[in-house]
Amino acid sequence: MTVAIRVIPCLDVDAGRVVKGVNFANLRDAGDPVELAGSYDTGGADELTFLDVTASSSDRETTYEVVRRTAEQVFIPLTVGGGVRTTDDVDRLLRAGADKVGVNTAAIARPELIREIADRFGSQVLVLSADARRVPAGNEPTPSGFEVTTHGGRRGTGIDAVEWATRAAELGAGEILLNSMDADGTKTGFDLEMIRSVRSVTKVPLIASGGAGAVEHFHPAIEAGADAVLAASVFHFGAFTIHDVKADLKAHGHPIR
Amino acid sequence: MSANVVILDYGSGNLRSAQRALERAGAEVTVTADPNAALEADGLVVPGVGAFEACATGLREVGGPRLIGKRLAGGAPVLGICVGMQVLFERGIEHGVTSEGCGEWPGTVERLKADIIPHMGWNTVDVPEGSRLFAGTATDERFYFVHSYAALRWELEPASPRMAPPLVTWATHGTPFVAAVENGPLCATQFHPEKSGDAGARVLANWVAMVEAR
Repeated sequence: MTVAIRVIPCLDVDAGRVVKGVNFANLRDAGDPVELAGSYDTGGADELTFLDVTASSSDRETTYEVVRRTAEQVFIPLTVGGGVRTTDDVDRLLRAGADKVGVNTAAIARPELIREIADRFGSQVLVLSADARRVPAGNEPTPSGFEVTTHGGRRGTGIDAVEWATRAAELGAGEILLNSMDADGTKTGFDLEMIRSVRSVTKVPLIASGGAGAVEHFHPAIEAGADAVLAASVFHFGAFTIHDVKADLKAHGHPIR
Repeated sequence: MSANVVILDYGSGNLRSAQRALERAGAEVTVTADPNAALEADGLVVPGVGAFEACATGLREVGGPRLIGKRLAGGAPVLGICVGMQVLFERGIEHGVTSEGCGEWPGTVERLKADIIPHMGWNTVDVPEGSRLFAGTATDERFYFVHSYAALRWELEPASPRMAPPLVTWATHGTPFVAAVENGPLCATQFHPEKSGDAGARVLANWVAMVEAR
């Protein structure tokens, strides 16, 4: 048998509360990430991702507390990303109970951070999160046609997204979370060309993110080369469930848990 | 009476989940590097994530190999998890560098031979007849793995035909590798039972029951 395709819900957490709203029935507190994590665990999630969007560093302690409480109650892997800048940030999250840590902007500014984290904690804890887009017309093109962005996709870096994924894996990233900023929020499906481009050069697991709007959007991402699929609002608002996605993946011949 | 289990804290890994998962399995759990506590506990868990070399070094710094050896000599249960399983073998080879393990089992931990590495996610396992660790799990049950290295061969020959042979559970990522071992008081899993949902909870409960039954 082969490893199952992972379906991963992502929660945006701000100062210990889930933001962007979650519309679940039967929750006592829809803003509590721990309770939501538990319901996704029950609902068949293969992993959980928290994206910490807390702006103020003084509120960061609440993030650690949320991670601690989640790790004590939810027995599937937990990735925490957002605002990770140093190996000490990684250490704190892992000690709180995170299994993996997502690194994004700080690695663009200083790629050696990837190697430092991998050397100290192992590649398996490090998810390189890349917000990528097609280079807009009029901008300097990149070899693959895709570039890495910062500031939630608003600012292009001119760094080729495919080359960045390759480099990150060489530096020690254990996994790549490829988020299409063009597809993000459109609900029209994943950017399959981008997934294929990154898959063709990287040998680490690849998580596709951005654009999921329907159950039938997921299997093409797998066929394009993704090992896992991540989505947020479609799950939070109950457009369909993780089980629905898995049933469709299975119907298309992909192994699921 | 519930089993008293020590998780050996030698600076490796997310111990919180392991602690809570074992408590859920009915054990009383202490996380410590205290050798006496580790020696006297009903069950000892050796966790481990990251590099073989770093884990083996950390383990030696708390006297881990000797502790494990003394426990096993007295028939006291030990459970290795992930790299905590890998360091039970004789040696590990990472980036061309060979590091010494505890040597409880012969053989080498080496890089997986697969297209996509790390092996990350939920995979099925091939459980041998008579397994107590996997009792009650479905044949297509999946467990959570995250590793780039593994024992690709099992080299321990039974010392005597009268001794019960070790039970080896295999999984496949590219090629087959050792996913779990039940060898008298010494058990180990390459996957993370504490991260494997209900299936992992069952394995931990089985191990705790084995500790209690001793």
